Amino acid sequence: MNIEDLEKEINEGIDSLPLQERRKFLKMGLAVTGVFLGGSVLSLTSISHASNQKNADSDIPVEGQYPYPKHYGMIMRQNRCVGCELCVEACKQTNHVPNDHGAWRTAIQEKITTENNTEKREFRPVLCNQCNRPPCVRVCPTKATYKDPETGIVVMDYKKCIGCKTCMAACPYNARYFNEEKYAIDKCNFCIDTRLAEGKKETACAAACPARVRIFGDLKDKSTEIYRLLQTPDSKIWVLRPDTGALPNVFYMNG
Amino acid sequence: MTNNSLSAIFAETADPRLATPGMNRATIFFLIVTVVGLSCGVLAFIFGHHTIYNNTREMPWGMLISTYAFWAITSTGLCMYAAMSHVFGGTRMKIISNRMVWMSIICIMGAFATIGVEIASPHRMLLYNIISPNPLSNIWWMGTLYGLAVGCMIIEFSGIVTGLAKLALIMGVFGALAEVLANSCLGGVFATLPARPYWYGAQLPIYFLTSAFLSGAAAAVLFNYLAYRIRDEKMSPSVHLAVKSAGKAMTLVLILYTVATFWRLVSFYVGGPELGRTAADALISGPLAFNFWVLEVCAGLAIPALLIILSRLENMRMLALAGFLILVGQFVARYNLVVAGQIVPQNLGWDNLPTHFSYVPSVFEFGVVAGSIGVVAFGFLIGERVFGKTFTQKEHH
Ligand code: SF4
Ligand code: SF4
Repeated sequence: MNIEDLEKEINEGIDSLPLQERRKFLKMGLAVTGVFLGGSVLSLTSISHASNQKNADSDIPVEGQYPYPKHYGMIMRQNRCVGCELCVEACKQTNHVPNDHGAWRTAIQEKITTENNTEKREFRPVLCNQCNRPPCVRVCPTKATYKDPETGIVVMDYKKCIGCKTCMAACPYNARYFNEEKYAIDKCNFCIDTRLAEGKKETACAAACPARVRIFGDLKDKSTEIYRLLQTPDSKIWVLRPDTGALPNVFYMNG
Repeated sequence: MTNNSLSAIFAETADPRLATPGMNRATIFFLIVTVVGLSCGVLAFIFGHHTIYNNTREMPWGMLISTYAFWAITSTGLCMYAAMSHVFGGTRMKIISNRMVWMSIICIMGAFATIGVEIASPHRMLLYNIISPNPLSNIWWMGTLYGLAVGCMIIEFSGIVTGLAKLALIMGVFGALAEVLANSCLGGVFATLPARPYWYGAQLPIYFLTSAFLSGAAAAVLFNYLAYRIRDEKMSPSVHLAVKSAGKAMTLVLILYTVATFWRLVSFYVGGPELGRTAADALISGPLAFNFWVLEVCAGLAIPALLIILSRLENMRMLALAGFLILVGQFVARYNLVVAGQIVPQNLGWDNLPTHFSYVPSVFEFGVVAGSIGVVAFGFLIGERVFGKTFTQKEHH
């Protein structure tokens, strides 16, 4: 489907996305063109196209209006995922994720459906969405979890975590777990300390994926693949649970 | 301050009639319940909160959070009624207001005891709540305001005991303000989480405040009844009238609370996110249905309403039973609220997840709850014994 067709699509929105939310997406350089599939799918097109549209009435982003000097995000090419979980393994190794029940920073969700007697298996990689309006950060009483001012990544300051678990209750994506070694809450941080700090350009999960499902990078940097995919998508792009208003930085597409 | 030594003060406030072997046995019993119960929570610090309590990544909050909320809400209610009668005077409840201040302090102690062993690292809280506060966090405000409230109420109570009426009055007002705001922030903790449609929304903080007025009145009726029961005495006419007023307030708020509960649930079935509706299903016909229909609605709302009618607000025994049942219902209601908010998997439809998670509190969680009841019962008995005269002396004025 090309972009012109996409833009002609009508909004089937149910748990519909309020105008304000659209504006927020516009702020990020993306325009919303439709909401469909049980309200959890949101399609975006490049802002250059959207800016010609009527609904892009305000807040059209100007390059340089991203809130962080670097603005890291990830795009999942969902239908490429084969469920091998090499990403999960790589993450555990790299970030010393404990092995006990319930501790993971990234996971592969699976859905099995039967259509016309044939079984269909779908996989969906999930991780912390490094939200732009992160509920976890807002609720934390001691600022133990916060947005890194350089990268927009949501990070932990373990020594400040009192273990009230409000962030776990607040996260729409089940992205947080109790780390018994640190006796604090823990989460994915896009390998900020274990890889990015060493100059590596990719997270462990993205690097480990044999199917190149996970494209990681700076949303602002025009030379990145993620920039290209988001700004000139050749298929629909959606985020999970847009209705919560958390403004996630992890996007999904098929392709 | 008067020059009275502590023992002289206690000689004036203590109620020697309660220095009986039976009272001693009851007091020691509840002390043991407190120590044994809270020891279950102390074990969490040795073996790990995650191993002792049955909370999971998907359901991080359980019965201890709801128990904390229950005691905190009851404390707010008691404190508000006391402050209203202190400030505005003239209300019949004034005569029992000193006891309400004391029990408000005791209930918040029950709440603190519960949350203290629920939170993984309370020691970090003591430091970082102060040096790294997040003014956008409801939890921060709630903790700070409840801390402030208990401080004010302790000064207020000291003022009452030592006869510094003005100090008591001022501190009572500040204490009540802090309690109301804290209660509101407690409601806000849940109400401001869009990730949990069952909690999210503007109604919840008001719902919590309504609940405070309900639990507070029920506790006022029950504790005053018990205070005379343990003395094996009949209430004086003025105390009887005061408890009757508390009973009236209880009846009124019972109606308000029932209406609020009804519409709250209806709202999930007329639209809105699926997650909220599926959570409401847990109460209506799912894993929380027994809790909801039998304990929250029948035992906690319908039977008390019936008892109130039958008692005609005159039969104190029936009224006290209604108060007790309301408190039981409120306890279960808080549990249902906390659990229902997390019971539906956020990624329902994936990973073959059940529609509702199953959560059964561990024996240690039950232990801590028993411990918190121990705190309140022990506090009640000690209060009657040490400050009994303060609670009733105004009768003669
Ligand atoms: S996905 Fe969850 S943990 Fe990550 S930033 Fe958003 S709210 Fe916080
Ligand atoms: S559990 Fe820790 S990180 Fe999460 S809100 Fe509480 S203090 Fe903050």
